[in-house]
Amino acid sequence: MSAVAAFFYLFSAVAVASAFMVVVSRNPVYSVLFLILAFVNAAGLFLLMGAEFLAMILVVVYVGAVAVLFLFVVMMLDVDFSELRQGFINYLPVGAMVGIALLVEIVLVVGTWTISPDLIRAPAPGAATAAAISNTEAIGQVLYTRYIYFFQAAGLILLVAMIGAIVLTLRERPGVKRQDIGAQVARTKATAMEVRKVASGAGLEG
Amino acid sequence: MDLLINLAIILGKSLLLLVALLVMIAYLLYADRKIWAAVQLRRGPNVVGPWGLLQSFADLLKFVLKEPVIPAGANKGLFLLAPLITCTLALSAWAVIPVSAGWAIAEINVGILYIFAISSLGVYGVIIGGWASNSKYPFLGALRSAAQMVSYEVSIGFVIITVLLCVGSLNLTAIVTAQETRGLAHMIGLPWLTFLNWFWLPLFPMFVVFFISALAETNRPPFDLPEAESELVAGYMVEYASTPYLLFMLGEYVAIVTMCALTTILFLGGWTAPIALPPFTWVPGVVWFVLKLCFVFFMFAMVKAFVPRYRYDQLMRLGWKVFLPISLACVVIVAAVLQVMGWVP
Repeated sequence: MSAVAAFFYLFSAVAVASAFMVVVSRNPVYSVLFLILAFVNAAGLFLLMGAEFLAMILVVVYVGAVAVLFLFVVMMLDVDFSELRQGFINYLPVGAMVGIALLVEIVLVVGTWTISPDLIRAPAPGAATAAAISNTEAIGQVLYTRYIYFFQAAGLILLVAMIGAIVLTLRERPGVKRQDIGAQVARTKATAMEVRKVASGAGLEG
Repeated sequence: MDLLINLAIILGKSLLLLVALLVMIAYLLYADRKIWAAVQLRRGPNVVGPWGLLQSFADLLKFVLKEPVIPAGANKGLFLLAPLITCTLALSAWAVIPVSAGWAIAEINVGILYIFAISSLGVYGVIIGGWASNSKYPFLGALRSAAQMVSYEVSIGFVIITVLLCVGSLNLTAIVTAQETRGLAHMIGLPWLTFLNWFWLPLFPMFVVFFISALAETNRPPFDLPEAESELVAGYMVEYASTPYLLFMLGEYVAIVTMCALTTILFLGGWTAPIALPPFTWVPGVVWFVLKLCFVFFMFAMVKAFVPRYRYDQLMRLGWKVFLPISLACVVIVAAVLQVMGWVP
């Protein structure tokens, strides 16, 4: 067995096992940590296929940013999963039906999956051969030429989602003191200080 | 058989790098304390060995020999896992850093992205440690640090993109070579003035943003909010003692040195000599690399010595309202200039 195959089995076994643990862990924090392990192993699988750019982006985006926020929220919320599980038996039939339907669909799709022989012989126009350029350049060339509209649309969707999140969470509270850096920097000796002669026994107001 | 020989070679290289790195960190730690002391007109460590040179090793022994205390309410497994994660991740970033031409354990195509990914994982050690301690101050420290590190990663990412636009490759060696072979010195007709070629000059604003973001990313003062001792005792490290604490501290310093190395590679021309003329070119590249790294570390240490700690809201303001727009604008400007002038690599 070659080293590549050995690593493939290692990564996929750990990925599947940790994905399973995400679902069955009692503690939600453990679930998130197992999810992270699953992400890292998926990145390992990408590396084995030679898609090093995708692997690194997966780690940067999902593990480095998204999962951190998951962990952040799960730790802050202190979700009690045993309480959530109380209605488990009641929901079981519905859950099982949804699960079985999904499973059947996946089996139907994957079972009839064939890769078009044309695709293997002739790569998509505009895509260069693997030997000539690194896969970062290859992704860039295809992404910014052939799929430019899809790419821009994805960007717009993210922008809308971001604006939506800000609108949902932004609240203006009255009476909050805010630091105005500009006003602080604009202060001069003339505006900040005042020299007054104070008469003895009279005070400033007198 | 070939596989085994390769494995042995890689193992040997890694060990060599690890030993050199750890010895260097021992002395950088000592230098950090000495510089800090000098700024405050103190002597700093001066008892163990001549001029206190063996202080870091004495500290190491002390940390290792003390009893590790694990709080009763802590989550034992995660509590011990956290410092291990911090330390291992910090060290693994060095696998791709070229300390001289061709002197890297792994010369990978996406080297810079790998380092970025590894440094973005560094936050897990902190956040897991803070949570597993099951105590107030560590938890608050961990939450702060998660927000801080994620925020500053964004601007670091954009700075890296600006540099990559000028290089046209994600390979660390290619980044250094690009600073050696083209740039300002070639334009003014004095190609031996290599230091004018380095990206610190054309990308000076980005250099400043990167340096400050690196301070925040590695939790160095003035951005050491995760362990602000005046308000959080010691942040996420409160419950740690002996070897686990040592691992946290070691990981932190390795991350600092990694950031210094990254600054050197991105902006200070890596291992190239500042002036490409004989007395300078006789010095081996690794010496130049270490010298530049030490220079950047000196700046880190000076900042620690004379800048007061930021308030948390100011830190967030700086990250999101100042650095993010500046670095985003710079990406657009640099890309436009490269395109208009026909300098795209």
